[in-house]
Amino acid sequence: MGSYVIRRLGQMVVVLFGATVVLFACLFVLPGDPVGSLGGDKARDPAVVAELRERYGLNDPLPVQYGNFVKNLAKGDLGEDYTQRRPVTEILAPKLTNTAKLAVAAIVIDIAIGLLAGMIAALFRYSFWDVLITLLTTMAVGFPSFVIGLVLLSTFSVKLAWFPVIADGSFQSMILPAFTLAILDAALVARLMRGTMLEVLKADYVKTAVAKGLPRRTVLFKHVMRNSIIPVVTYLGISFGSLLGGALITEAIFNWDGIGLALVLAIQQQNNPIIIGVVSFGVAVFVVLNLIVDLLYAVLDPRIRLA
Amino acid sequence: MTELTKSTADAGTAEPAAAPAPAAASAEPAVARVTQWGEIRHRFVANKLAVFGLVLVLALFLTAIFAPLIAPQDPYHQDLTNTLQDPSGEHLLGTDALGRDQLSRIIYGSRIAVEVGLASIFLACAIGVVVGALAGYFGKATDSVLMRVADVFFAFPLIIGAIVIIMAMGRGVMPVIISLAVFSWPTVSRLLRSSILSVREADYVHAARALGASTSRIIIRHIIPNSIAAVMAYAAFSVGGAIVAEASLSFLGVGVSPEVPEWGNMLAGAKDFLGVKDFLWVYPSIAIVLTVLGFVFVGDGLRDALDPKLR
Repeated sequence: MGSYVIRRLGQMVVVLFGATVVLFACLFVLPGDPVGSLGGDKARDPAVVAELRERYGLNDPLPVQYGNFVKNLAKGDLGEDYTQRRPVTEILAPKLTNTAKLAVAAIVIDIAIGLLAGMIAALFRYSFWDVLITLLTTMAVGFPSFVIGLVLLSTFSVKLAWFPVIADGSFQSMILPAFTLAILDAALVARLMRGTMLEVLKADYVKTAVAKGLPRRTVLFKHVMRNSIIPVVTYLGISFGSLLGGALITEAIFNWDGIGLALVLAIQQQNNPIIIGVVSFGVAVFVVLNLIVDLLYAVLDPRIRLA
Repeated sequence: MTELTKSTADAGTAEPAAAPAPAAASAEPAVARVTQWGEIRHRFVANKLAVFGLVLVLALFLTAIFAPLIAPQDPYHQDLTNTLQDPSGEHLLGTDALGRDQLSRIIYGSRIAVEVGLASIFLACAIGVVVGALAGYFGKATDSVLMRVADVFFAFPLIIGAIVIIMAMGRGVMPVIISLAVFSWPTVSRLLRSSILSVREADYVHAARALGASTSRIIIRHIIPNSIAAVMAYAAFSVGGAIVAEASLSFLGVGVSPEVPEWGNMLAGAKDFLGVKDFLWVYPSIAIVLTVLGFVFVGDGLRDALDPKLR
């Protein structure tokens, strides 16, 4: 186990290194001059541009810039952004809180709806509810987040006026974006839960538990649930990672002030420090969560040996 | 490939009334006529949802191919005196903010969807199959290096990674295709690698090696054909995902150029008239949903048909 974790941590460093190199290579071969375009349409004084380029280290060769980035990153410093000239970490921190709020809300909805629907479908197999749930979860896969977002926004915000059209960070304005993010995952969780639960219900240890006269509830929660939930945990773990990495479409539709929206705006302004910050954060979260999920897997199912 | 077409043709004549193939096989001694591909085709056709998906996908292809014949108007033609018209006899699905015919733009939009969906996944599969085959067959250091490279590209969320590449290459159809492929191939190489690991020690591979077959011959003739099933199902499934990703990029304003008739562009333009001119986003959304469902159903059907042990 110990050597497994160490090896995985080593691989993680390699992946992060590779990902940031790819990111740097893409961002700094860009045709436009990020600093030159900062003043909008009006032309900048060449002396000011030169000073800014010096300030952001844009005159250094790429490997040097990358080296500085890694050095600062080790100190938890992502540099200054181009438009506000404030530390990237300071700009992104509140936005990350907003994104995290949304991600947690989405995961809660996934668990509530997905687990329940999957359980009902598995326990009452071939019933009306099973057929309905299977049909809905199959259809859900075909609905991209922007379609779901537009449907929810036009119905519940514009027509019914139950929720604000422009998100202000309140709980009220969080509901629609959270559902937009959650629907697809909830459907996949339900399918996953149904599938594994049907397997588990057939397992010998469940038959044994029933045969020895344990109450139905005990069998269901102690034996069936505990064993059915493992793949769901894995799936939700990975999903949470991608949600934290910035839900670009959903945040853009609902104007949710998270890191996804920040990334979209930074792309329009070629604000490279913000882009690098958000994207490397997203990659790091993904990699770390993958490791955690794999370790959790071994904890939940002692039969799994990590080697 | 010739083998494939021949066997499907055989299977087509062998079971016109969709009679159970095993029964037909046991009735006559010509058991060998029931080929693997015939069986797969039979299982696929028996799956109603898969057939429905196939109909949707074929409809999409036909629309894309014959767009100039079907579209009532030029999708680029602006008519500034007739902007934001509700659906009517003249414009069946209305007009957008620049007075362009919505129906024609949706019809032409299928071309970008098909182009990007097929090309990006084809490219992803080409890279993924080569990398996965090399990693799976040679193992050891080759495997570790190739798989770490795959991990790097796998760690980027698809849309975010694609945006980064597009920023470097500029907007357009080609950059979208390449950027989606660059972040999709790791899944293919992982799939192929793991299935090769299980096929590599199969008896027929040992037999081929004993007969003196070269490494490349073993990989191309024996290992890939037996591991490709998973890749094919993934590919069909992923075309839908690639089309969503492509529309998402345009929706965010980083995909194909804004004047191009494309579903994501149409939705981006419709966003400003939400609740007022809902037909602007409803119809392109329907086109996207039907397209994605088509590919998902075909992918699911293929997966079940290729490997009946699942499910």
